[in-house]
Amino acid sequence: MMKNSRTALKSPHGFNKPFGFYRLTGVALTVMGIAAASAAHAELRFEISGVGASQIPVAIAAFPGEEGGPQQITSIVKADLARSGVFKLIDNSDSLSDASAINYGDWKNRGANALAVGSVQRLADGRFDVRYRLFDTIKATQLSALSFGSQPQLIRLTAHKIADDIYEKLTGIPGIFSTRIAYVTRSGKEYRLEVADADGEGVQVALRSNEPIISPSWSPDGGKVAYVSFEAKKPVIYIQNLVTRQRTLVANFKGSNSAPAWAPDGQRLAVALTRDGLTQVYVINADGSGLRRLTNTAGIDTEPRFSPDGNYVYFTSDRSGGPQIYKVSPNGGDAQRVTFGGSYNISPRISPDGKTLAFISRREGKFQLYALDLTNGQEQRLSDTVKDESPSFSPNGKYIMYATESGRRGSLAIVSTDGRIKQRLTTQVGDVREPTWGPFMK
Amino acid sequence: MRTFSSFAIVLSAAMLLAACSSTKLDDKNAPVENRAGTGATTDGADPRAVNTVNAGSDPLNDPQGILSKRSIYFDYDSYTVKDEFRSVVEAHAKYLNSHKDRKVIIQGNTDDRGGTEYNLALGQKRAEAVRKALVLLGVSDAQVEAVSFGKEKPKALGSDEAAWAENRRSDIAYQ
Repeated sequence: MMKNSRTALKSPHGFNKPFGFYRLTGVALTVMGIAAASAAHAELRFEISGVGASQIPVAIAAFPGEEGGPQQITSIVKADLARSGVFKLIDNSDSLSDASAINYGDWKNRGANALAVGSVQRLADGRFDVRYRLFDTIKATQLSALSFGSQPQLIRLTAHKIADDIYEKLTGIPGIFSTRIAYVTRSGKEYRLEVADADGEGVQVALRSNEPIISPSWSPDGGKVAYVSFEAKKPVIYIQNLVTRQRTLVANFKGSNSAPAWAPDGQRLAVALTRDGLTQVYVINADGSGLRRLTNTAGIDTEPRFSPDGNYVYFTSDRSGGPQIYKVSPNGGDAQRVTFGGSYNISPRISPDGKTLAFISRREGKFQLYALDLTNGQEQRLSDTVKDESPSFSPNGKYIMYATESGRRGSLAIVSTDGRIKQRLTTQVGDVREPTWGPFMK
Repeated sequence: MRTFSSFAIVLSAAMLLAACSSTKLDDKNAPVENRAGTGATTDGADPRAVNTVNAGSDPLNDPQGILSKRSIYFDYDSYTVKDEFRSVVEAHAKYLNSHKDRKVIIQGNTDDRGGTEYNLALGQKRAEAVRKALVLLGVSDAQVEAVSFGKEKPKALGSDEAAWAENRRSDIAYQ
């Protein structure tokens, strides 16, 4: 069965990619009982530590018929839930379909507050009919029922959607397992902008270059990524449609063009340009038209980020000496200083609810991830690592992904916004950096 | 320019030696001249020396010339051109002023400590410092562009002071 599950993990995408992903280790492995498979093609590895303040005990029964699908759905669902840190998976060897009678009392006695069951059936047209139900074993009620007609290559996505549904029904917060991440890898002289599922699986290469790629940023609709490419021997901003591969040159002014950040409407971007001297913040339309200068200092203003409500642009400025975070109306006017602790605060990112500022602060020589509660000014250090960069909120606001270093190699880490749950995505070959977490998609 | 003129003197001396070797050594009656001072110009150079000009040669390509120096190094957390690099900047300004068709890109770099984008902005400060110095020396705006590589293209790898110092740098790249 272990062997089967590994074979099943090789998706149609997987056959094309030069490196596969290593599956779960650490806590997740213990919980799941999944054997770490051959690392021959492995590149990224997830490690998890810490658990949520309280864990919801949930049982996932095997879905009859899933062995016949390209991937074992419940393995993916269980891995997602375990990685989130907010569930305790109740071990079981049951196989229950969506039509099975549920013995609520039995599952309650086994310690499960919730139970997921389902089935997988191959349809005549090659698709798979995936059905799933979620039950509350305490109240003896059904919480959810979904069915999917899934193309074979979308089985993984279907599994993530089931995990999202379980997460949302049991926590009240939308799940992020079906969202995607983008990041930059470097191996030898090759830089790649890659897109993967939030669990690091299903890697697809969006851009290959022999020059650096930095600051990728997902469009609000999830279909495009803006980034900075050095392919022209200088930093230039592009937007790339991930499906059509169409690239739009957004900013290639004299000097450096960098730090693209989408406005919530997806029509404009805030960018950092040096066309008028040192780095300053500008707003530009996504087609490269309508350039307008937003900040006006004799020093550095960079790393703009729109607040989710679009009312502010946060940015890094050295106007007071060292870099600090400020905010300004996208229509211009006076900027207000936001960070005061420490002498080096950079890379502002605002949580989806607008209440938390994540940023990188240098204190005692360490560059670490901090969160500032914008409602009460409370500051919290979220990371134990020391070369942190490029934070990015999950679209449900519960996690922050950031770049750090592990064994002198660039790696990615994820921490829950309460600092309790920590995950690490490490590479075996090359560096991985500059992560950006994609939005919810329909 | 000092380096260049001393190089010229060395070169003429070398040619002189080459000329001497062709005189007949067995002619003992030949009058011995005291060459030092005799016929020499006030600056000490031999008025009979001949220095070769290769048509089409460009001082930019002289591996011994000051124009071969294309890197300006900066102190930690500093973005001003140090005095020791004045002569290099001046030489490039002079060359660009006499070669209006030539263009340069000034590429600013930083060490690897700190954020990607903030370092890109700091690298730009180093590039801009060199660009401004060139423009103040009369180089046309159209001939020079300042860009930054930030910490993305380190020349020296490693996390020690020697590597960091090597990477705190602006390069003058002729197009």
